[in-house]
Amino acid sequence: MSEKGIGSSVRRSEDQRFLTGKGHYVDDMNRPGQAHAAFVRSPHAHARVKMVDTSAARKAPGVIAIFTGSDVAADKLGGLICGWTVKDKNGDPHKAPAHPILAYDKVRYVGDHVAVVIAETQAQARDAAEKVDVDYEVLPANIDTAKAMKGAVVHDDAPGNLCYDWELGDRAAVDGIIKSAHHVTRIDLVNNRLIPNAIEPRAAIGEYDSGSGHYTCYSTSQNPHVLRLILCAFIMGVPEHKMRVISPDVGGGFGSKIFCYAEEVVCTWAAKKIDRPVKWTADRSESFLSDAHGRDHVTHAELAMDKEGKFLALKVETIANMGAYLSTFATCVPTYLYATLLAGQYTTPIIFANVKAVFTNTAPVDAYRGAGRPEATYVIERIVECAAREMKMDPVELRRRNFIKPDQFPYQTPVALQYDSGNYGQALDAALKMSDYSGFKSRQAEAAKRGKLRGIGVSAYIEACGIAPSAVVGSLGAGVGLWESAQIRLNPTGSCQILTGSHSHGQSHETTFAQVVHEHLGIPYDSIEVVHGDTALVPFGMGTYGSRSIAVGGSAIVRAADKIIEKGKKIAAHLLEASVDDITFKGGEYRVAGTDKVKTIGEIAFAAYVPHNYPAGVEPGLDETAFYDPANFTYPAGIHICEVEIDPDTGRTVIVNWTAIDDFGKVINPLIVEGQVHGGVAQGIGQALLEGCVYDNDSGQLVTGSYMDYCMPRADDLPSLKVGMTETPCPHNPLGVKGCGEAGAIAAPPAIINAITDALGVMHLDMPATPEKVWRIAQQNRPAAAAE
Amino acid sequence: MPTVSMTVNGKSVSADVENRTLLVHFLREKLALTGTHVGCDTSQCGACVVHIDGKSAKSCTILAVQAEGAQVTTIEGLAKNGELHPMQAAFKENHGLQCGFCTPGMVMSAVDLVKNNANPSEQEIRDWLEGNICRCTGYHNIVKAIAAGAKAMGR
Repeated sequence: MSEKGIGSSVRRSEDQRFLTGKGHYVDDMNRPGQAHAAFVRSPHAHARVKMVDTSAARKAPGVIAIFTGSDVAADKLGGLICGWTVKDKNGDPHKAPAHPILAYDKVRYVGDHVAVVIAETQAQARDAAEKVDVDYEVLPANIDTAKAMKGAVVHDDAPGNLCYDWELGDRAAVDGIIKSAHHVTRIDLVNNRLIPNAIEPRAAIGEYDSGSGHYTCYSTSQNPHVLRLILCAFIMGVPEHKMRVISPDVGGGFGSKIFCYAEEVVCTWAAKKIDRPVKWTADRSESFLSDAHGRDHVTHAELAMDKEGKFLALKVETIANMGAYLSTFATCVPTYLYATLLAGQYTTPIIFANVKAVFTNTAPVDAYRGAGRPEATYVIERIVECAAREMKMDPVELRRRNFIKPDQFPYQTPVALQYDSGNYGQALDAALKMSDYSGFKSRQAEAAKRGKLRGIGVSAYIEACGIAPSAVVGSLGAGVGLWESAQIRLNPTGSCQILTGSHSHGQSHETTFAQVVHEHLGIPYDSIEVVHGDTALVPFGMGTYGSRSIAVGGSAIVRAADKIIEKGKKIAAHLLEASVDDITFKGGEYRVAGTDKVKTIGEIAFAAYVPHNYPAGVEPGLDETAFYDPANFTYPAGIHICEVEIDPDTGRTVIVNWTAIDDFGKVINPLIVEGQVHGGVAQGIGQALLEGCVYDNDSGQLVTGSYMDYCMPRADDLPSLKVGMTETPCPHNPLGVKGCGEAGAIAAPPAIINAITDALGVMHLDMPATPEKVWRIAQQNRPAAAAE
Repeated sequence: MPTVSMTVNGKSVSADVENRTLLVHFLREKLALTGTHVGCDTSQCGACVVHIDGKSAKSCTILAVQAEGAQVTTIEGLAKNGELHPMQAAFKENHGLQCGFCTPGMVMSAVDLVKNNANPSEQEIRDWLEGNICRCTGYHNIVKAIAAGAKAMGR
């Protein structure tokens, strides 16, 4: 292995600029002549907009223009779209109410965009926005997910606030097994609503060149080409070649920056209207109100078992909150990214899921780190834990008894997916050892002497990453293909650029992808640069989400490298006066097999661009593009074990031990992969212990609208993490990789709640397990705990 | 508009600002020092931490005019002669950053911690970071980086 090749913990190329303050985030950019936008947002969760009076605001200092919903309608802009059509149980498409760029008849959540004020400075725009007088007729708000179908109607064209009523599996068959089973465990749980909170707030700059008719949109996007497609084809009616989207350094996304939002549309559209660049940067309060939120499920589940604890059938019924409008991929999250994962790591032979997606007067809900898979894992791992307790079985043993065995792969689950590879028992063994699981009882007894309640919880998760192949997702309703592109461009002097359709906003592609090309082409690591995030530079690509970049984008890079190698062989054969079939390539060298006749890839690149002595019929240049459409999803899986100590006097939960054993297939850079696990686990711990989006059920006001009220994990809330890996390579992509970005956020919540309920001696409590909730239970249980 | 003058990264600077201009906006907009970031509006996230007269401070919580005459150091002023400060180097070595947005504030905060506590324990580091939020790293490698940076600063 080269010290910079695959498997090496290369220190990151991107760090130099971030550590010296030289990153280029959207808000760091300023365009000549730019004006600033501020949005007038609804203070009501649900109201009719009777009149928007902009006369006072127009007189405010520095104001250039004010636009409202009627201006948007006059210019015939399309609304924001949802790009995945889910068909309900009767085969009808989901309800897709209009999502206007600026509201004109009604507002449907606090923060809904009503008007935009454009002024010379940001402060002037914000000042003037305060002066826009909107006359609202306030309507009853529909907030509570569980009761949404009976609440006030959010959209007239979605009766009962139902977006879809979707099913997977055979309800009658599952009900039959549940009725006759030896034991059935039942659970009701809430998967708490979260606000993603990338630390960089969303931002956009729109620009229009009236000479060429070209638009440019700088955006904090995870997928600039997808954004361009939506902006052009669905909203603005602009040809794609007249729109450039640039997503430079982006400060975290976690899903929330996948989507096309009103603000970037408005800035781009308004730039032409006023013939000046228009810039907008969210403040944190706007981010809380208007970024797409995540999770928000209410679920009832039933698991049927025989007397040995073998799982016989699983039934899951979920109400999923879509918010007030459908965000870009909202519909697929609680269906194809959720119900299809309900087999988990187990051989449950038959599964039925029903998902009712509902509209409420809350911000749109869409993919957030894990997107559907954390919700599925939480249902499975909570109900399995409860089943073990009810059956008085060891929860580890119950899991092991139901694991899919290594010789059963490829394994067809009853919920559509076919798992490609895995070894769940091996990961479990490694996790039990690393966590000293067998020593837990003595640690628990020792903690009890100190008056602390100690508990342990296991989570066995699986996820499906690199969503694909395109034909399959198309048949399930996706409006896009889910392949990825890569271009490898060698320069005459032997250095190279990798142009990728993936987008890095913390995932370290500039390092990892360079390692892949260094390994495959033998080009020195320091001579490789990764280019991403600009539709004018890189081939059309699908961007980064769903832990897809290495599995899909990395595979595209390998395919492009293969093309470079093959073309280079023809050039090398000519220069070395040998047959192409006799040329081998390894470590950056073309060799006539069995001889010392060698040309380096650098020499071949030079020959390709200065083709004085060159094979007939071969094009000059060494620059190859590949598009890779995977054969299947990838299936990372693993075991996380959490050990907690609870102070019954304060209700404070401290995580005293965290063990993560993950199988991501082949790992390109262990240091970076471990970092992804750390970050994912931290978000999972946040969900389980600290974070919860709260809307007031009557007024619909966002109660948790700032960092004063929404509890983000701080350094002193989190433990050090023990991270290890097992490896079963993915059999269907050229790198054998599976993806690692979301695993921690998927695995962590049930591990924590299993540990806390173990410590407290209760079956369940809903997330977040705040000190108040934990303290109340600890107090109720006090006499029993004291008696132990 | 008042004129404000201060020393930023060793250079004397002066500009007209509105009374309400925050120091962070002065740095970003008047001086184009965009390494100092704004991540919230309630002084919680710490992406805007700089040093004012040698102490770490949130530049979103002080008006530019309040920094009149002050010595301000931003993330751009930390590396000397093209060589990373030991704390910056420790963040790189320990993979203490991912998206990089919170990083300038983290590094500036960490340098101030070590000035006051040359050999901080893990718990002391975690407690000190109360005012700096990172969404990417889970803090694990930030804590390791700061411990390593502290050792390197002591050498």
